[in-house]
Amino acid sequence: MRKASRLSRFNIASLALGLAFLYLPILILVIYSFNASRLVTVWGGWSLRWYHEFFNDRAMIEAAWMSLRVAVSSATIATLLGTLAAVALSRGERFRGRTLFSGMLYAPLVMPEVITGLSLLLLFVALNAERGFWTVTIAHTTLTMCFVAVVVQSRLGSLDRSLEEAAMDLGCNPVRAFVAVTLPLIAPAIVAGWMLAFTLSLDDLVIASFTTGPGSATLPIRIYSEVRLGVKPEINAICTLVIALIALVIVIASLASKLSSSQGESAAPL
Amino acid sequence: MSARRIFARPARFAAIAPYVWMVLFFLVPFAFVLKISLSQTAIAQPPYEPVFDPTAGWDALKAALAALSFDNFRLLASDDIYMFAYLRSLTVAVTATALLLLIGYPIAYGMARLPKRWQAVAMVLVIVPFWTSFLIRIYAWINILQHDGLLNQILLALHLVSQPVVWLSTDSAMYIGIVYSYLPFMILPLYATLAKMEPALEEAAADLGAAPWQVFWLVTFPLSLPGVGAGVLLCFIPIVGEFVIPDLLAGSNSLMIGQTLWLEFFTNKDWPVASAAAIVLLAVLLVPLLLYERLQKRQLEQGR
Repeated sequence: MRKASRLSRFNIASLALGLAFLYLPILILVIYSFNASRLVTVWGGWSLRWYHEFFNDRAMIEAAWMSLRVAVSSATIATLLGTLAAVALSRGERFRGRTLFSGMLYAPLVMPEVITGLSLLLLFVALNAERGFWTVTIAHTTLTMCFVAVVVQSRLGSLDRSLEEAAMDLGCNPVRAFVAVTLPLIAPAIVAGWMLAFTLSLDDLVIASFTTGPGSATLPIRIYSEVRLGVKPEINAICTLVIALIALVIVIASLASKLSSSQGESAAPL
Repeated sequence: MSARRIFARPARFAAIAPYVWMVLFFLVPFAFVLKISLSQTAIAQPPYEPVFDPTAGWDALKAALAALSFDNFRLLASDDIYMFAYLRSLTVAVTATALLLLIGYPIAYGMARLPKRWQAVAMVLVIVPFWTSFLIRIYAWINILQHDGLLNQILLALHLVSQPVVWLSTDSAMYIGIVYSYLPFMILPLYATLAKMEPALEEAAADLGAAPWQVFWLVTFPLSLPGVGAGVLLCFIPIVGEFVIPDLLAGSNSLMIGQTLWLEFFTNKDWPVASAAAIVLLAVLLVPLLLYERLQKRQLEQGR
């Protein structure tokens, strides 16, 4: 009885309002993407017209393809590097330059994107690198590996270390103990890290604008230039497709982590 | 005991690849920003006069050092536009962070008081919008806030206003966009500390005769301060440098520093001034950044 009374009416109201605030705008956007009318004011019945328009828009399709390639490649490299970084920070006791290392990993999480983007562009220009797919991929990897590192590190921190020690007492060398014992246990966090990196890359406008070259715009760059000109129903359709893709990735990943982890504990979101 | 030691060595090798990557693509680029902020603007491609060529030897280096100019920083200090932009960025960030705390706290508090099973569901519900694209969420608000958008239609239908209100290109629209985008960053750390709190403490205070608001102010809030600190930093720092939200939702008569930097870079093609603006922005954010690093480190490594 006491437990139930902890939740006051004020608590319920703020939760309901908060969630409504978070979800209603997205819901409205999705509904209007199926509006047959060009005007947002008028509901012209259900229609797939704007999806049609998107699939006939070559420039948009190309940008979407570019974004997908960048997101998959940068998320994969970032997951590898981020996991290594997390292992080094949570298992590799002390090493020289450790403070600098963790500093470099945590700073990009909050660093304004205009700074990160500008600094990377100046590096690429100085190196005379041709700007396009690879420069954006490198830039996104640099940003997202920090998120992966934090997600994996918080999982590593919550693991029972005696499991690894037991494996080594039983004759595993450290690398083998890591592969056989630690890796399966942190797999859900690694999957979550990859997904987070994927969506962050798919989403990024500022860093991509700085680091891309002429003729290789990503989807957010194209969407942004269209949005600046005003609301277009086609953009609603593209946004709905992106939301659907991200929702799909989340569902797959949460299923995967459910299958691979018997423990109920989930990795921290950030 | 000894196992832990042995494990530590290969783990150290794991640091090499990410370490090299971050030095190369995070640390070194700042040197370039610094260098170019000290060089002259030129009408060229790339649009700045190189002042430093490491292959040219010692004399060239001395000449280069002599040629370094602080003109760009002098320009930033003397031109009102930049001072206003920094001030506006800080004002917007402080106001928005206060709003976020005010709105996020009750939600996080409600979450922490849910039965355990529902807490997990609520957490997922708060995180999911954070996963959907930032740009899309801002665009969703443009749909709602535009002249004949849903908000005006509802207000008109309810006879709360007699003619459509101008929402887009106003500060209110910008604050709505910022609060909407950053809300999960405020809620999650708050929820994390509130959920860990022992309910018996509040009950004890209530049993000893404290009124509900006293219980909150004297027990709950002080105990949640670490979460408040984390949430505030997580929102404040990126908001100061925010570009997309003010650009799409606020009016164009007063710019934030992220917008000024963008404008200098992409429109005016003045890379040295843009770099100088970035250096100053970094200097402004240095203290909050260091605080945030300390917090993050303590949180992730306290289990050690």
